Parts: sequence; C-alpha cells; structure tokens
Amino acid sequence: MAEKQGMRVALIGNPNSGKTTLFNLLTGLKQKTGNFPGVTVDKKSGTCKLSAGTSVEIVDLPGTYSIYPKTLDEQIVQEVLLNKSHPQHPDKVIVVADASNLKRNLLLFTQIRDLGIPIILVLNMIDIADKRNLKIDLRALGIDLGVKIVTTNSHSGEGLDALKEAIGQTQAKSKRPFYEVEPLATEVISRISKKFDLENNYAAFQFAQQSDHLKFLSEEEKTAISDLRNKYGFDHNHTQSEETLGRYKHISDIINRNVTSPVTGVASLTQKIDRIVTHKVFGYLIFFALLMLIFQSIFAWSEWPMDLIENSFASVTEWLKGVLPEGVVNDLITDGIVSGLAGVLVFIPQIAILFTFISLLEESGYMSRAVFLMDKLMRAVGLNGKSVVPLISGMACAIPAIMATRSIDGWKDRLITIFVTPFMSCSARLPVYTILIGLVVPEEYVFGFFNLQGLVLMGLYLLGFLAAILSALAMKFILKTKQRGYFVMELPGYKLPQWKNVLLTIYEKSKTFTFEAGKVIIAISIILWVLASYGMGDEFNNAEEHVKASLGQNYSEREYEIALNSYKLEHSFAGAFGKTIEPVIKPLGYDWKIGIALITSFAAREVFVGTMSTIYSIGASDEEEATIRERLRQERNPETGQPVYTQAVGFSLMVFYAFAMQCMSTLAIVYRETKGWKWPMIQMAYMTAVAYISALITFQIFS
Amino acid sequence: MKTLSELKINQKGIISGFTDDTLAVKLMEMGCLPGTEVSVELIAPLGDPIAISVAGYQLSLRKEEALSIKIEG
Repeated sequence: MAEKQGMRVALIGNPNSGKTTLFNLLTGLKQKTGNFPGVTVDKKSGTCKLSAGTSVEIVDLPGTYSIYPKTLDEQIVQEVLLNKSHPQHPDKVIVVADASNLKRNLLLFTQIRDLGIPIILVLNMIDIADKRNLKIDLRALGIDLGVKIVTTNSHSGEGLDALKEAIGQTQAKSKRPFYEVEPLATEVISRISKKFDLENNYAAFQFAQQSDHLKFLSEEEKTAISDLRNKYGFDHNHTQSEETLGRYKHISDIINRNVTSPVTGVASLTQKIDRIVTHKVFGYLIFFALLMLIFQSIFAWSEWPMDLIENSFASVTEWLKGVLPEGVVNDLITDGIVSGLAGVLVFIPQIAILFTFISLLEESGYMSRAVFLMDKLMRAVGLNGKSVVPLISGMACAIPAIMATRSIDGWKDRLITIFVTPFMSCSARLPVYTILIGLVVPEEYVFGFFNLQGLVLMGLYLLGFLAAILSALAMKFILKTKQRGYFVMELPGYKLPQWKNVLLTIYEKSKTFTFEAGKVIIAISIILWVLASYGMGDEFNNAEEHVKASLGQNYSEREYEIALNSYKLEHSFAGAFGKTIEPVIKPLGYDWKIGIALITSFAAREVFVGTMSTIYSIGASDEEEATIRERLRQERNPETGQPVYTQAVGFSLMVFYAFAMQCMSTLAIVYRETKGWKWPMIQMAYMTAVAYISALITFQIFS
Repeated sequence: MKTLSELKINQKGIISGFTDDTLAVKLMEMGCLPGTEVSVELIAPLGDPIAISVAGYQLSLRKEEALSIKIEG
C-alpha cells in the first residue's frame, strides 16, 4: 500500500485551528476512518502526494489544547507521541496553529517541539490574521521558535504547495529545548531517563506527570514511577503549573517581539452575532427555529429524490422479473434482495439532509453556542451543556453520538448522557416514521405552510427528547457520585462553513449508512426471504389444497394466487415466529406480520421497512408491482376486512419505535464505552418497557 | 477578595490568582494566566455559564468555576 518506506506525518493542533480542513486539503478523497488500536477513537488517515512524486501518510490526531489530556479522545495524542513503538508514532509532526490566536496555540507547539520529534509549524487562517491587521514577522518568529514556519489559508488552499514542499524536506532537530523542565524535577527526570532509556528530558518529565494514564506502560513500570514521585516529593499539579507559566512567559516575550496587533479582543462580528444568538428570548427562539427548519427540510426536500429512487427500483424489479428465468432464484433476487436494498437506499436523501445541517452547525461555530445556551437547563436534569452535542448528533445516529460523550468529563454526566442518547430519534427511525406517517397522516397544511406530516415527525422527535430528559432526571437522583465535572470551553469565532468539509461529511456518512446498514439489511432480507418462503408441516406443504378448499367453488385465478401466497406466508417459518409473539403484541394492535418485523428489526430499526417490503412482496401476487406504501395501505385484516394500518396501529408503532432500543450496534457501543454488560442490559430492558407501555396506551387512546 | 464571578457584563479585571489548584492548571493552559486582563463578554440567559474574553479569544465557563479565579482591583 505505502510506497517505499512511506513517512508518517501527524497533524496536531488546537480544536478550531482549521486542522481538519487542512487534512481534507492534503488528502482529498484519499482518506479512511478507522480506529486507533485498542481504543475506539476515530483515526482519520490518508495519503498525500508530494510534488516530488513520493507520497506520505497523514494522520489526523484529535484536537487538543495541550499535551496534558482533559478528555479520553485527547489521551491518544500523548499516547502516540510518547510511545515510540506505537504503530502510529509519527516520523514528523505538523502543528497547526490559528494565526489569529497565536499565544494559546503556541503552548501546544512548544510542548511537542520539546519532545524532539521533527516538526513544522503551520500558521493557518492567515487571512483572518491579515484582516485583523496582525503583523507577524515570520522570519524572526521562526528563528525565535526554532522551527520551519509555513503560512496557509485553508479557505483558498494558499500555502499548500509550500507545506508539501516542507514535508518533503528534512527538518533539523533543535538541540536546546524551548523550555527546560529539568530544574523542576532533576532527580525524577534523570532516574526515569535511565530506566526507560530516554534521551529527552521532556519525555521523561511527561512519564513522571502522566504515567497513570499511559497505556503502554506495564503496571510494574507505573508503580516504579509512582514510587519515584513519592520519594522525591513530585507534585504534578505544581510542576505542571510551573511549566505552563514558564512556557507562556517565554511565548509572550516572543510574540511581543514579533507580532504587532492593533487591538486585542474578539472580532466584532462574532460579538454582534453572539449578542443575538445567546439573547434571553431570541437565543432560544433561534435554537428551536433551527431544529424546526431541519425537520421541515428533511420532509420537504427529500420527496422527489425519494420518489425517484422508489420508482426506479420498482421498474428494475419488474425488468428483472421479466428477464430472469422464473423460479426460486428470480424470487430470491426480486423479492428478497432488491426489495430489501430499495428499503435502504431510499433513505439516503434524508440522511444526507440531516448530516448537512449537523455539519453546518458544527462548522459555523453555532454548536458551541447551543452548548453555552443549554448548559444550565441541561444541568437541572442531570446532564451537561456538552450533552447537547451527543443529543443533537443522536438525531443522526446514536453510535457516533455515544462516542462523542467522551468530551464530557465527569463520569456521572457522561453515563447519564450515554444512557439517554438512544432515546433521541436517530436517522434509522426516519424510514420507519416516514412510512407510517405517509400511511396514517394526511398530507395537509396547517396555517397554510406547516406540513402536517412534518409536524407529526417533529412531534416524534420531541417525544424522544422528552423521554431522554425525563430519564436523565430520574438517573440524576439514582446515581451517586463525588466526582465533579467542569465546563471550560472555547467559543470559537464564527466562520463561513467550508463546503468541501460539509460535502465530505455527507459523502462519508451516506456511504457508511449504505454499506453498514446495507450489509445487515441484505443479509436479513435473504434470511427472511428463506424463512418466509419455506415452512414445515401439512399446512405449508399442501397449501394449494387447503386454499382451494377454503375458497369454495367460484374464484378467479388472481384471487387464488393472492390467497395462496398469504396462506403460505402465514404457515412459513417466519409466520410461525410472528404467530408465537402475536399474543404479546396484540394489545398494541399488531398482527403477526408486524411481529416478524419487530423481531428482525431488533438488529437495526431500519430493517423494519425492508422486512415489510419483503413480507408484502412475497405475500402479494406477482402481477402487481406496487410500492411498499401502497401495499401497506391496501393491507386488510382477513377477519374484519378493515385496513390493518389504522391510525391507532400507525401511531402505536411510531411510539414503539420512538422508545424501543431496537439496535444491536448501539448496545455494542454502550458495552464498549461503559466497559461492561451492566449498562447496556439495563438500558435495553428499560427502553423496551417504556416502549411497550407507551405503545399500549397510544393504541388504546386512538382505537 | 473579588472573584471573576462578581464581574458584570463588559466589566474588565486582571487575574491575580486561583483558589483551586486542579482547575487552575486547566485554566492557565487556556490562557488564563495571573496578570492577564479578562472581560466578561456574555452571560447566558439563565445567568450561568458566562463567556469571557481572554488572550484574544472567547472562553466559556460556569459561575462556580469563575468563583475560583481571583480578580485584582
């Protein structure tokens, strides 16, 4: 894969320094997301072609303000840099600093520099610094900091070629550290250096500071370091604050010499926007208006691309049925695979729209204002302002959302957020909601412009949100803890979102959805097709006779076929499963066909739709090629002749899916993040109970 | 002794010290150093958290955290 001895270059920088944009510019579409070995931190890496025709691997490390990690994600930075035998240990580091906010950004740079890894300093967002009339003497700054400096504008891509050139060159290691830590802990440093064979004082100092968190050290080594600390009275808080003060003093001197700024303070435009966005009244209005806009657009804009996909699949199926020889293979492909696949792909437009909004909110800087605005309210119910991000991204998917809780420090806050996030209506519920709303809610407008279907959708999201809040409140009183969380957070200046970043996110997420969910859905569709097409016993094997007997004397060929198909389905393996659980779900208004979908969609909610498509394609006569929505609408109860999908059943199902933990992947990620089966099991039992009871009540009210 | 939590909106002050060692290290990393001028930029609608301007950018923190930052003058 790598060309001869591919060099590995790590990108490091403060959050909001434009690091990810730069990463996207360097690697383009040649990037992949994976995991750092042993931990579940997203590892983004990609290849970058240098001008000389060689290419290097670029690794995007999580954003951090210093080498001292405050969150779980940030720990990886320290781990990768301090462990020389880590598979991701870089040959070279690019520190990305926001040129318009140099002082704070340089702290991290000086720390990394003192670890003795070849380094390049990128002053990004140089355009913003120019706009603020910051005059930076680059030559002198480079000499003072002892580093090669490249300026870039990640908006226009300016400076990128110079950066690529610098990556290709060799950087001399500077002999003298920027800040000498040796006097802070002479004995401890010299002993650790000897024990671990470290040449670098700062690395040894970091071992002393952070040994308890470093995963690559053995328990024995940790104890040895901790003994050294006790012996020589090493107080990590004291040494860290001495170090920070010392570095900042030195940085201030250098900045005063080489940077002239007309006025200090925050950019005025950001200030003006903030006054409105965090206003007592307008602040919350804007927040809810934005959420409203998201739901309305998910419905309004996705209609025609969804119709397009649905109709093309219907014609493909018809075409395949004609082309392929009749028989089992034909049925498996058309009824099993293609109908299952159509069930997945049709939701790409909605997922793309949702992720467009989420990445716009993140990119523009608004998301952190939402955190700021909501912190006190969130704290009242046992959450944290930072829970807003997982809760909002939970509307896309609970899995990345639960991973995003790593930015919350304080175990109790984090656990509660993990526990309630799956209540937020994720994109996998969207297919279920869409189909059910389409069935039972008329397409009307309220007050002339509110789409009634969109309002019901918003109501369902609100329902999930309320469940999350109330559950959090309950947990706040149940869980006991003495640990406290804290809330020191940068409010970045507003930026125009970069379309390239937004488009990459949409592409990435839609791809993941299609492939990850697609795999599961196709597999389940095939299994389901087999279970629904075959059965045992006299009823299934002699279905023809049973049906003929029940139809009596007068029946058309078509009536016979429909009756036969549904009789066979009822007595197939899948039908037997559905019938087994029918007594349990009958009070909710569901029949055995819905029962099958409930079982299969335990793997993932969106499987519900695929299952329904498969079940009803098998049950229907071959001549009529209707879309799944039409089939559901036509479905009648064989005993009463009434439509199966009444408002009561539709709403009961919607409520069930709003609350139930129908997602194996979420359970798996909760297991991983809470390090045990206790919490995922409690969570599943709790959510299923809430779902069952609420669906029962809903059905009783509407019927 | 005055603390950051007492400053009103748009009021300025100079950091003179901290009352919580663990928090102090974190605040210093973010540029809140003794001797640095800060001003209160925003107060959330419900009175908490607040946002201050420090070292050329905006930092938000809770009232109880602001309580640990001593202010001169």
